[in-house]
Amino acid sequence: MKETEKLLEIRHLHKDYGEGTILEDVSLDIHKGEVVVLIGPSGCGKSTFLRCINGLEPIQSGEIFLDGENIIANKTKWSEVRQKIGMVFQSYDLFPHMTVLDNILLGPTKVQRRDKKEATAEAEKLLERVGLLDRKDAYPRQLSGGQKQRVAIVRALIMKPEIMLFDEVTAALDPEMVREVLDVMLELAKSGSTMMIVTHEMQFARAVADKIVFLDGGEIVETGAPEDFFNSPKTERASRFLHTFTFDQVK
Amino acid sequence: MENKREADSHFLCLKNKKGSNGVDIDFITQYAPMYVEAAKLTLRLGAIGILLSLIVGLLGALVQYYKIPVLRRIIAVYIELSRNTPLLVQLFLLYFGLPKMGIVWTSETCAIVGLTFLGGSYMAEAFRSGLESVDKIQFESGLSIGLNHSQVMRYIIFPQALSTSVPALCANVIFLIKETSVFSVVALADLMYVAKDLIGLYYKTEEALLMLVVAYLIILLPISIIASLLERRLRYAGFGN
Ligand SMILES: Nc1ncnc2c1ncn2[C@@H]1O[C@H](COP(=O)(O)OP(=O)(O)OP(=O)(O)O)[C@@H](O)[C@H]1O
Ligand SMILES: [Mg+2]
Repeated sequence: MKETEKLLEIRHLHKDYGEGTILEDVSLDIHKGEVVVLIGPSGCGKSTFLRCINGLEPIQSGEIFLDGENIIANKTKWSEVRQKIGMVFQSYDLFPHMTVLDNILLGPTKVQRRDKKEATAEAEKLLERVGLLDRKDAYPRQLSGGQKQRVAIVRALIMKPEIMLFDEVTAALDPEMVREVLDVMLELAKSGSTMMIVTHEMQFARAVADKIVFLDGGEIVETGAPEDFFNSPKTERASRFLHTFTFDQVK
Repeated sequence: MENKREADSHFLCLKNKKGSNGVDIDFITQYAPMYVEAAKLTLRLGAIGILLSLIVGLLGALVQYYKIPVLRRIIAVYIELSRNTPLLVQLFLLYFGLPKMGIVWTSETCAIVGLTFLGGSYMAEAFRSGLESVDKIQFESGLSIGLNHSQVMRYIIFPQALSTSVPALCANVIFLIKETSVFSVVALADLMYVAKDLIGLYYKTEEALLMLVVAYLIILLPISIIASLLERRLRYAGFGN
């Protein structure tokens, strides 16, 4: 595990939607260059957690520090914060009225006011890396689900965020594409970026994670290195959860 | 019902014998310029009214989209009121009712205000359904790449909403131009007025009605064609089919 400075600090985060509590007293540190994989049963609050971090969901109490700055404040400029926190959603929601390239260029040109030529060159490089350069002029409707998801990842990556949040991005990918995306993510991690990944694919989690965070019932039940977590989970809840994935092997 | 129809046809002198032996070309060439003038008036007032309707409609739709507390109720009442009263009645109120309260507007003002009052609600509904058709997650994915609220609206929500709204907006434009045919009740020399006038004066019913129909076709057909071209362009080019 890399012991560098903390990039993201989440302190006692509490979230509810009015009825029941969704996230209860969640605290988590993410260091620079670290890849944290968040796993847990469906409905345990993983997506909600990611959405709270980039301000898409208001929280009821708690603090979130990005680079030491509390972003849960009235004067938070979310537009600036969100440039530092890239997010890829579960449902690869590209903008249907724009080509692949325009989808990717919207952020760099309109938000960061980067030179269009320079941004286009980088967009094309990133597209090539995920194997979609030849589809740059296609519209989202003309792409498969897996292709759309890869474009969505590039759209977030091009903003050069300090941390990337991935909400089940591999769920829609073709198996042979998982590796390509994984390599892109690892390269980014090496160059100083940080990632928090939500996934149901345990093989992927094991391969990519520095740290596994197991969330259940809206609270962090267990945290550990991937080897430890998958081989010998400390909690009963975690091992029960992992059993749902090893059922085939037991038979 | 039958009585009313008979009365109408009598009013338009459809039973008049003189005009039944073929169309009087001389009459048409002589009075066509009057129709041109009337068509210009119809088009001018129609265009202003439609433009204002689009503005009122967009504002109304935005109030509803953002669920702005009090305004939202006012817009809802306005839409019901506007959609459930005929333009004819609205014009009567403006032209004959308002002066009783000391407000006197010219015929043209009444026509424009009336058309805007009617059109605003239809346009609002068209814009609203377009805005509502855009998935909420589109807004969020725009925000998450760092766009601010107005940029999300401008680059992501409006283009998609508009392409959904365009068919309804075009239908409204055509509907409103047709509605201008009641402008004559506020003493405006529009197409309908000229036609009635000629029939009343010369009993040239066929010629007058023929020119009336042709004039409306000349105005509405191009709009109709442009509308369907626009719809097709938005459907195929805009979204990559
Ligand atoms: N807008 C909302 N209003 C009310 N409840 C919500 C809302 N969004 C999510 N929830 C509830 O919050 C809980 C956590 O949802 P969340 O989507 O974060 O789970 P998740 O761990 O991402 O699940 P999955 O693995 O299925 O994606 C669920 O019980 C869900 O029903
Ligand atoms: Mg989820």
